[in-house]
Amino acid sequence: MGFASKSPWVIHYDASSCNGCDIEVLAALCPGYDVERFGIINTGNPKHADIFLVTGSVNEQNIRVVQEIYNQMLEPKVVVACGCCACTGGVFHDSYNVLGGVDQAIPVDVYAPGCAVRPEAIIDAVVEGLAVLEQKSEALQQQRKGA
Amino acid sequence: MDNAIVTSLVSVVIGTVFFAILAPIVGCLLDGIDRKVSARMQGRVGPNILQPYWDVRKLLLKERASVNTTEGTYVNAALFFALVAGGIFFSGGNFLLVVFVITLSSLFFIVAAYSTRSPYAEIGASRETLQVMSYEPMVLLTSVAMFMIAGTFNVSGLFTMSSPLICGGWAVFAGLLFVLTIKLRKSPFDISSSHHAHQEIVKGITTEMSGPTLAKVEIMHWCENVLFLGWVGMFFVYGGLPSVLLGVLVAVVVYFFEIWIDNNFARVKWQAMLKWAWIVAIVAGGLNIAVLAFF
Ligand code: SF4
Repeated sequence: MGFASKSPWVIHYDASSCNGCDIEVLAALCPGYDVERFGIINTGNPKHADIFLVTGSVNEQNIRVVQEIYNQMLEPKVVVACGCCACTGGVFHDSYNVLGGVDQAIPVDVYAPGCAVRPEAIIDAVVEGLAVLEQKSEALQQQRKGA
Repeated sequence: MDNAIVTSLVSVVIGTVFFAILAPIVGCLLDGIDRKVSARMQGRVGPNILQPYWDVRKLLLKERASVNTTEGTYVNAALFFALVAGGIFFSGGNFLLVVFVITLSSLFFIVAAYSTRSPYAEIGASRETLQVMSYEPMVLLTSVAMFMIAGTFNVSGLFTMSSPLICGGWAVFAGLLFVLTIKLRKSPFDISSSHHAHQEIVKGITTEMSGPTLAKVEIMHWCENVLFLGWVGMFFVYGGLPSVLLGVLVAVVVYFFEIWIDNNFARVKWQAMLKWAWIVAIVAGGLNIAVLAFF
């Protein structure tokens, strides 16, 4: 395993979640689940983050915010959609201003379903995301050597 | 050139090289222990002891990006002067010079944040400036007290004393412990950049620093921590090796105490930090120096 997957720092953005999924994301950081065991830190800064956790669906208002955060993150980066809303739009999918899942705005690497998504599912999704992060990191190194 | 100047220059260069190699290793382990102990205090398992090392290796692998061309240079300068300050201190050089050089390092760090023109980084930078303003009087009074007790600013001069600095300067030592919380960036005085995302405005002074630049900032903090713990240990050093061991032991105890404080206090406003740091400096530092001067 390379270093990219040993210290995944996450940034969490609440797109238009009902706050159910947000509470679960924060629960994963609490003593019961303690994701810092895996080196996971919750940063508030896209420039420091490796993994982007998005909860809730994307709508007309926040699509630009989601894209902005994604663009500010540096490669290698991974996006995890947390909860049914973030995956597909969930119960709000036919709301008048909802565009759908996060993949309508930015490329998503891992989908974690659930309403609300359980902390175990979030941890599973992030671990899944680490493999993707590792691949992207490899690719970046290769590209650098080639250049 | 004068022979003495050449000798001291050479010893500073050698000291800096050794410090640049050893301090990051020690500082990294200290940071790892800090995170582990903090996690245990919060009832968590916590990360591996080597986690800070992995973090920095990861940051070095990240894409290189910077908001301007000068930020990296300022951060390099900050790291360089932190290493030189450590080199001067641990090679037994002039304590006053150490204080000035490490402050210069802080100033470069502040300028690096200001140069990015980001509102979040600027808030962090102005708070860092307030931190420097808060701790600097106490640190300068410490060097004055050191001169009055030991008769020299040279750290190597301490080894020829018959009793350690703590004997005549325990009040200054207490004052230094107070500002140490600011210098180690521990809560309640982690004003410019907190380790805890939930109580931070984006990421304070390091908001715009990313990837390899942030890695250098981390390494600089490790070196600073080692240097500041060296200042703590300095108060117990005299004569031979046992006193050095005592100094190291006290530094370890103080570090543990700082972690405990970090985990038990919420961040205060900068006004409170500035006020209390100056009150402590004037009372502890001022009284101690007055006693030394008149009795
Ligand atoms: S998936 Fe369920 S819990 Fe999560 S934001 Fe949507 S409605 Fe709320």
